Amino acid sequence: MAFKRAPVLSLLSVTTIAFSLFAFGLFGLVALNIRRQLNQLEDRVEIRAFVVDGTNAEATSSALGDIASFPEVSTVKLVSPEEALVRARRELGEFSDVFEAGILPASIDVKLKEGYRDPATVASVAGRIKNYDFIDDVRFGEEWVQKLYRIRTIATLAGAVLGLAFAGVAVIIIGSTIRMAVLARAREISIMRVVGATDGFIRSPFLIEGVLKGTLGGLLALLFTYAANSLIGKFVFSAEFFDAKYAIGGVAAGALIGLLGSAFSVGRHLRDV
Amino acid sequence: MIRFTHVFKEFPRTGLALQDVSFHVGKGEFVFLTGPSGAGKSTILKLIFLEERPTKGEVKVSGVSSVTIRGRDVPKLRRKMGVVFQDFRLLEDRTVEANIAFALEVTGAQPSAIGPKVSRLLGQVGLASKATSLPRELSGGEQQRVAIARALANDPVVLIADEPTGNLDERATRGIFQLLRDINASGTAIIMATHNLELIRRAECRTIEMNHGAIVFDSAEQAIAYPASGGDEA
Repeated sequence: MAFKRAPVLSLLSVTTIAFSLFAFGLFGLVALNIRRQLNQLEDRVEIRAFVVDGTNAEATSSALGDIASFPEVSTVKLVSPEEALVRARRELGEFSDVFEAGILPASIDVKLKEGYRDPATVASVAGRIKNYDFIDDVRFGEEWVQKLYRIRTIATLAGAVLGLAFAGVAVIIIGSTIRMAVLARAREISIMRVVGATDGFIRSPFLIEGVLKGTLGGLLALLFTYAANSLIGKFVFSAEFFDAKYAIGGVAAGALIGLLGSAFSVGRHLRDV
Repeated sequence: MIRFTHVFKEFPRTGLALQDVSFHVGKGEFVFLTGPSGAGKSTILKLIFLEERPTKGEVKVSGVSSVTIRGRDVPKLRRKMGVVFQDFRLLEDRTVEANIAFALEVTGAQPSAIGPKVSRLLGQVGLASKATSLPRELSGGEQQRVAIARALANDPVVLIADEPTGNLDERATRGIFQLLRDINASGTAIIMATHNLELIRRAECRTIEMNHGAIVFDSAEQAIAYPASGGDEA
């Protein structure tokens, strides 16, 4: 109804909603990519337990089974001295010739599940592994794990605060656009009241309109974000885009903001007049 | 049908608008409400219409009390009243018939009943030929007729008119007043706020005069048709 009666104003609200959500979406993309990078780094958190030379195979394989059953552990692998040498050569590149076969011990490499990679958990798992008599030494890059965890905490906090701020700004801007739409139809609303329309009757077209505008704005914002992401991918570096769940969630958030913004604006207007 | 009992109305910013106002308007009565600007005429109309509630005292309309009515029942009560304003308050982007139909649509009338009813109302206010005109294509008097037709759409028991002829010339004023008299003759009570003393003098209807938020004269209580000095009082 409003799209037909006030096309310019409606277009303006949809674009405003779209740009507010676009700003939020861009921020979301940055946050998402930072998180994914951190997750990838975290995937490399690993405990390496060196096995005393000459330990019999039975003891190590039973230990492997035990460790695999720890609730924090995702994978456990036994690395033989030969494999360790190959790996060391690969990782050290030009210095590979300094190694002679036999100088590297076998090790048990343990990866942890997501959510168990904080310093305390890593240290506690490492401690438990160290309890086996045939384990010589356990390494897990303690300092590195702590630093990574701190970065992750800061990124999460900053993300939450900035995200909330962005969302707040979007809600305020969207709220005012909808308020403008309500004020533009103040006369119609006052006449509706005069002739005895119920508040629910007056409110419903605005709510429908709010949801429509929010959804359209959300879709547009998604399109803008996708375009921006593709452009960045083409010219700067390739970044990951939202998956379907997030994309649908974003549009739904637009619809919800539209609905709440309308409900709030109309409600206030109906109370005021 | 409308009863004010010791009504006080105070607005936070402007102070006391009505003090100790009591009167009663019966079914089918025609009452003028007059007095200088700021005397409280519009406040009385707003209280009847439940756009405002009294600060103290009680307003009863059609047996419903301003003290006990719940907010959500107000629209239902309003459907028993028609309201007409000095500035017509028509929707400029809709035709005459759409403006009238609007009042029926928002109160949930049967869609099939709306068309015939609008035609009948247009005939009643003498605008049958202007159904598809836009408000701006009409004269002031005609626009007020559209507003009256809209006010009558829900068959009100009382028509409240706030300076309905305030923006109209002499001729249009007479026409609108005659229309209101006709509506009154068919049983609808009318409460009309006006500054037009000439109209009041000629009409010989009940007149309530306000000043400084109080009733200073009510011809019904004086038991005289209308005082000869009425023209000097405002």
